[in-house]
Amino acid sequence: MSSRFINWFKFSSPATFYPLAHRICVISAVIAVVLIAIGLYMSFFVAPTDYKQGEGYRIIFVHVPASWMSMFIYLVMAGWAALGLVFNTRLSAMMAQALAPTGAMFAFLSLWTGSFWGKPMWGTWWVWDARITSELILLFLYLGYMALRSAIDDPRRGDRASAILLLVGVVNVPIIYYSVKWWNTLHQGSTIKMNAESTMDDTMLLAMLIMTLGFWAYSIAVAMSRVRSIILERERSANWVRDLVGGGT
Amino acid sequence: MLEKLDMGKHALYVWGSFGVTALFMIIEPLLLRSRSQQIRKRIARVARLEQEVNQ
Repeated sequence: MSSRFINWFKFSSPATFYPLAHRICVISAVIAVVLIAIGLYMSFFVAPTDYKQGEGYRIIFVHVPASWMSMFIYLVMAGWAALGLVFNTRLSAMMAQALAPTGAMFAFLSLWTGSFWGKPMWGTWWVWDARITSELILLFLYLGYMALRSAIDDPRRGDRASAILLLVGVVNVPIIYYSVKWWNTLHQGSTIKMNAESTMDDTMLLAMLIMTLGFWAYSIAVAMSRVRSIILERERSANWVRDLVGGGT
Repeated sequence: MLEKLDMGKHALYVWGSFGVTALFMIIEPLLLRSRSQQIRKRIARVARLEQEVNQ
């Protein structure tokens, strides 16, 4: 292979990836703190009050980023699962495993903040609307994946079984995304559209995008931190791990 | 400047959303840090015990 290209397969080895994950974690954490600080400032001090929803609309600055991340993380996990099944790389399954709790957290936060937004605007904490129900199913998919992953003692078997569950569950993500189009229920339509101009004020839109990028960087940072712990746990018998933690062999 | 933080009748809903989100996003990295320390300690302990047995 030409030296101009990076040999990505080199990083599929947990031992090589472990120090790289630390560097990515630190850089992402710094980016996350900066972006979320700017995003929060814009959410409260720059973005104007909404003419219809008053101050209550500001929940959008956490609700939309959390919802997007819950769907995006699931897709990334499914991508890692597919890679793991095709190339039989241990690290792919570890990456999926590392992302799951953060994805579940964002799915829960999406429902929580949605509920806190729904009460003052719709007059109810909960409704079995198509989008809300499919987001709840996404949370259950995350929890199901984590339960299955921890229920199987043999790590490689657990990797394969949970990868298949992840891939089957992918069908739910487009259902969440298009639910507001396919079913005419309570949840409002998309604020940002792929093929049309946004209906939001520019500063509101910018604040939401900055918060989303901040949440994105946060997810990378925590996933990298968690994958390092998973690598240590699963490779604990390897000499490089013993040398690293100071046990020495 | 602080009057911008007055959410009026929506205070419970706005702060309930931002507060819980902030809480989760602060607790998660702290839990990860303590988990990593625990794993490192456990591996070092097992390695030390094995070394003692082998000696």
